[in-house]
Amino acid sequence: MATQHSRSAARLMMAPAVVLLLGWMLVPLIMTLYFSFKKYLPLRGGDLGWVGFDNYVRFVTSSAFWPSVLATLAIVGGVLVITVVFGVLLAILLNQPMWGQGIVRILVIAPFFVMPTVSALVWKNMFMDPVNGLFAHLWKFFGAQPVEWLSQASLQSIVMIVSWQWLPFATLILLTAIQSLDSEQLEAAEMDGASPLKRFAYITLPHLSRAITVVVLIQTIFLLAIFAEIFVTTQGSFGTRTLTYLIYQRVLESQNVGLGSAGGVYAIILANIVAIFLMRIVGKNLDA
Amino acid sequence: MGRITLDKVSKRFGDVEVIPPLDLTIEDGEFTVFVGPSGCGKSTLLRLIAGLEDTTSGQIRIDSQDATHVPPAKRGLAMVFQSYALYPHMSVRKNIAFPMKMAGVPEDEQKRRIEAAANALNLTDYLDRRPGQLSGGQRQRVAIGRAIVREPSAFLFDEPLSNLDAALRVGMRLEISELHERLKTTMIYVTHDQVEAMTMADKIVVLQAGVIEQVGSPLELYHEPRNKFVAGFIGSPKMNFIEGAEAGKHGAHTIGIRPEHIAVSADEGPWSGAVSVSEHLGSDTFFHVHDTGLAETITVRADGEVGFRHGDRIRLTPRAELIHKFDENGLRIA
Repeated sequence: MATQHSRSAARLMMAPAVVLLLGWMLVPLIMTLYFSFKKYLPLRGGDLGWVGFDNYVRFVTSSAFWPSVLATLAIVGGVLVITVVFGVLLAILLNQPMWGQGIVRILVIAPFFVMPTVSALVWKNMFMDPVNGLFAHLWKFFGAQPVEWLSQASLQSIVMIVSWQWLPFATLILLTAIQSLDSEQLEAAEMDGASPLKRFAYITLPHLSRAITVVVLIQTIFLLAIFAEIFVTTQGSFGTRTLTYLIYQRVLESQNVGLGSAGGVYAIILANIVAIFLMRIVGKNLDA
Repeated sequence: MGRITLDKVSKRFGDVEVIPPLDLTIEDGEFTVFVGPSGCGKSTLLRLIAGLEDTTSGQIRIDSQDATHVPPAKRGLAMVFQSYALYPHMSVRKNIAFPMKMAGVPEDEQKRRIEAAANALNLTDYLDRRPGQLSGGQRQRVAIGRAIVREPSAFLFDEPLSNLDAALRVGMRLEISELHERLKTTMIYVTHDQVEAMTMADKIVVLQAGVIEQVGSPLELYHEPRNKFVAGFIGSPKMNFIEGAEAGKHGAHTIGIRPEHIAVSADEGPWSGAVSVSEHLGSDTFFHVHDTGLAETITVRADGEVGFRHGDRIRLTPRAELIHKFDENGLRIA
């Protein structure tokens, strides 16, 4: 594979894929940038010319902007904490030898295969419905007033639904990491006088740090963009309007493509800020 | 301060009895080696003593205290694992400090013991490195350092040298022996390598299928093996076994003669055969002799200068007083 001839042949064969990928990324990005500098109202006159940074200013100064950033961060942060903490616990539990291990593991992973729209609808109608939901029945059984989940605890409900979807992913990655832990290390720690809790803190958790990093990074990328769960449950009301949802509303409900595009550019910036912070905090775990 | 007694200790995994009830006493300060082929239960026996496995029945006493159900950390024993089991995310210093940190030893005492161990094991320059940045021999020394600082009443070694290359193994063997001379602490050492057993041990315990075949000093085992298994296991190259008429002459079912107790010559000796392979080590030469009519192959050790080649007919003379005699059950006939 190292002759000049084979190298140029390799480049030639990779070229279509590279060009396609570049196009796929560049065309939407450039179009977003292009529209963000225009006043463009599809149902109210179409392209109304260049407006400079007007859209950017309007998007940030809108009263909905900062709450949406905070809602986005709250959902991402909440889901990350829940999935990592419970993912570690579940992984430890599933790593214990038990009867029916194979089936239990498949069942644990199952929620990940349910489409976001479907799982959000199931949660909304079967669990969280204040009249017929399972939770409502449970509350009534104990004589309590049923909670109107999606209006009284809307953000928490969304976090719960999304966590349920992502917990299997975290568990799966962490389980494979736990399985690669050398049992002699745990035995050595046991002989060194470490209690089970200390063995977890000093041996298991450091061993998992890299897997936790991977879980946090991958989940963050996907969680910044969650949409379906909000669309089918609260429609962005009761403080669940994330940045993604705000952009959707600007473009499709207000029919203002220019304003939405400016929001899209802000979303890219936010994602990069979060990514830089994450890399700073946890990225060093990926070295060596 | 380190007398370990096993009283009818046995171990089963499900239906499989890996160790039938056995008795064994390890005296204080003794270097005891458990040796046997792989799967003979020697590691399991060590883990029973360490407390990493529960005994199925019987009693383990450490300094006459019943320790059968005492958790591993409370037994006052330190173990060096085959894989070293160092904590990869901690520096060498933290690895060595870990057992003391768990035991709540004061900081300055910790520091003093780490310095002492690092000095003794030539680790002073490596204290701030991680295990991943060390060579095999250095990792081994860190594992030993982690054991030393606990000041245990006995050390347990589980095949500690099997991951090292041949040259390092000889070096570490000496270091561990020196360590024992210096500390005078009880050491139990598991290995499948009879050379390690012979060179290091005060007392060797030969195991087969969980059963103790013989306990004794290296030379006792070499000169007076209790049965054919021990005779074949101890000594390198292996003892030659001869059955049939030749054994009958000595009034035994089987006779055994070690390769180093057979003299070789071109034309003198009661046995004759053809050299099939000759291995020249410089100091010694090993001949594998066929066509003797006694056994399939007879191995002979000769001086390094003896120069027979493949196919040469040679004559062999066993030293009559060093022939071992065994009955049909493989037991030694005195």
